[in-house]
Amino acid sequence: MTWLNDVVQGLLLGGLYALFATGLSLMFGVMRLVNLAHGDLSIVAAFIALAIVDAVPVNPLWTVLVVVPLMFGVGYLLQRGLLNFTLRGADPLPPVLVTFGLSIILQNLLLEIFSADSQGLDAGRIEDASIRLSDRLAIGWFPLLTLLVAIGVLAGLQLVISRTRLGRAFRATSDDPQAARLMGIDNRHLFAVATGIALATVAVAGLFLGIRTTFTPSVGPTRLIFAFEAVIIGGLGSLWGTLLGGLVLGVAQTLGAQLSPGWGVLAGHLVFLAVLAFRPAGLLGKPVPAQ
Amino acid sequence: MLLEVERVASFYGGFQALFEVSVQVAEGETVAIIGANGAGKSTLLKTVVGLMARTTGAVVFDGRPLGGVPTHRRLGMGIVMVPEGRRIFPSLTVEENLQVGAHQTRAGPWDVGRVLELFPALADKRRRPGTRLSGGEQQMLAIGRALMGNPRLLLLDEVSLGLAPIVVRRIYEAMPEIISSGATVVLVEQDVGQALRAADRVYCLLEGRVALQGRSAGLTRQQLSDAYFGMRA
Repeated sequence: MTWLNDVVQGLLLGGLYALFATGLSLMFGVMRLVNLAHGDLSIVAAFIALAIVDAVPVNPLWTVLVVVPLMFGVGYLLQRGLLNFTLRGADPLPPVLVTFGLSIILQNLLLEIFSADSQGLDAGRIEDASIRLSDRLAIGWFPLLTLLVAIGVLAGLQLVISRTRLGRAFRATSDDPQAARLMGIDNRHLFAVATGIALATVAVAGLFLGIRTTFTPSVGPTRLIFAFEAVIIGGLGSLWGTLLGGLVLGVAQTLGAQLSPGWGVLAGHLVFLAVLAFRPAGLLGKPVPAQ
Repeated sequence: MLLEVERVASFYGGFQALFEVSVQVAEGETVAIIGANGAGKSTLLKTVVGLMARTTGAVVFDGRPLGGVPTHRRLGMGIVMVPEGRRIFPSLTVEENLQVGAHQTRAGPWDVGRVLELFPALADKRRRPGTRLSGGEQQMLAIGRALMGNPRLLLLDEVSLGLAPIVVRRIYEAMPEIISSGATVVLVEQDVGQALRAADRVYCLLEGRVALQGRSAGLTRQQLSDAYFGMRA
């Protein structure tokens, strides 16, 4: 029964990982941009929520109404004002270097403003409330909410991508950016919208992280690694794969931690390596055509 | 004049592909650009649509100079190009490929229904991925996708390349309806006979320069072959 409990807790944790990975997956899918500041931007969102809660006594869950639109705007401007300039050539290195630098800048800015103290967001009773299914199996309301929100965000995004004019433009640009320009698609604007959406989702992730656990200015890169692993396990370019990847990673980590407390993160990494070795396109990804 | 290209030079990095090329196209006429491989035909179309990073000279559309106007705005003005090699989006279905052609919503006669009437071969394949079509159908889809933008100026790059003669004929049979819908057509064509049949006027490029121009009916075989191969008469 503890195994079952671990799997269930792992799936719930996986919801959070999927939420982190969504934006990474979207940005890579649309413009082949690997955003190394992704994790730090989620922590920025958590600190913004913290600042709001400090100023106005509201439940941190409500800050989503401010933080998400704000981070969308940050994403749009970041892409339009900086990252677009790194995508001009075929060289994959400039975006990686620039976002790496951005990651360091963000960590130090947060350190400067908020200090290195551990912080947390207190969402009140929902944090410890749970549904008791049996002696050994209980589902926390908050992790359940996280997973449901992750599924909702991914389903909503999938709907946008498969059904709307914006989604068609995303897919067309991902296939062939130059031909997409010939269709009248302004890729500078389109990329900025993609990054805006990505940061909106990562803002939700940061907020849920901040409620679930404590955070400091330096925890962003760990978040980035888990998000990466979720994207790769699930398969690049597949949003449902990203959800699956998050869930697999979450289950691997909780089961590993059950074997020995120190093995949780390691088990996640091992599953990630196994996927890379035996199924490099990921669980739901299309095999990469040889070129 | 709908399109005036005035003394345009275009560069790929350090390589100059066009030298002082001037081309005029009046509204409603069909103009063919012919020339050997590497003569600069596709570069000329790319310059008109704004895909060449380095150009000098002027491109004027309907009296408006296009210097500094990005590609997507030129689409909004009605300049639409069918690129060489079709460039169908593989992740999109046939119908979605058409819809993406209308990304810049411009008023005009074309919609999905009318394009499928023009190319009935596409009608029962509209839910298929766009690249799961024959070469000829993909070319029809590429032209249909461009028509969805309701072009005033339609630039066709190498429509017949790699297609069987019967398929090429079927595609060119669609031209009168495209032209009567109000599009002025500039086509780049490797098949000189096909170009002369389809166009009112012809420009022949040679090594990035205009070697010959004139009405299709008034050019002799000798003139054309001299210009095409660079012989001095």
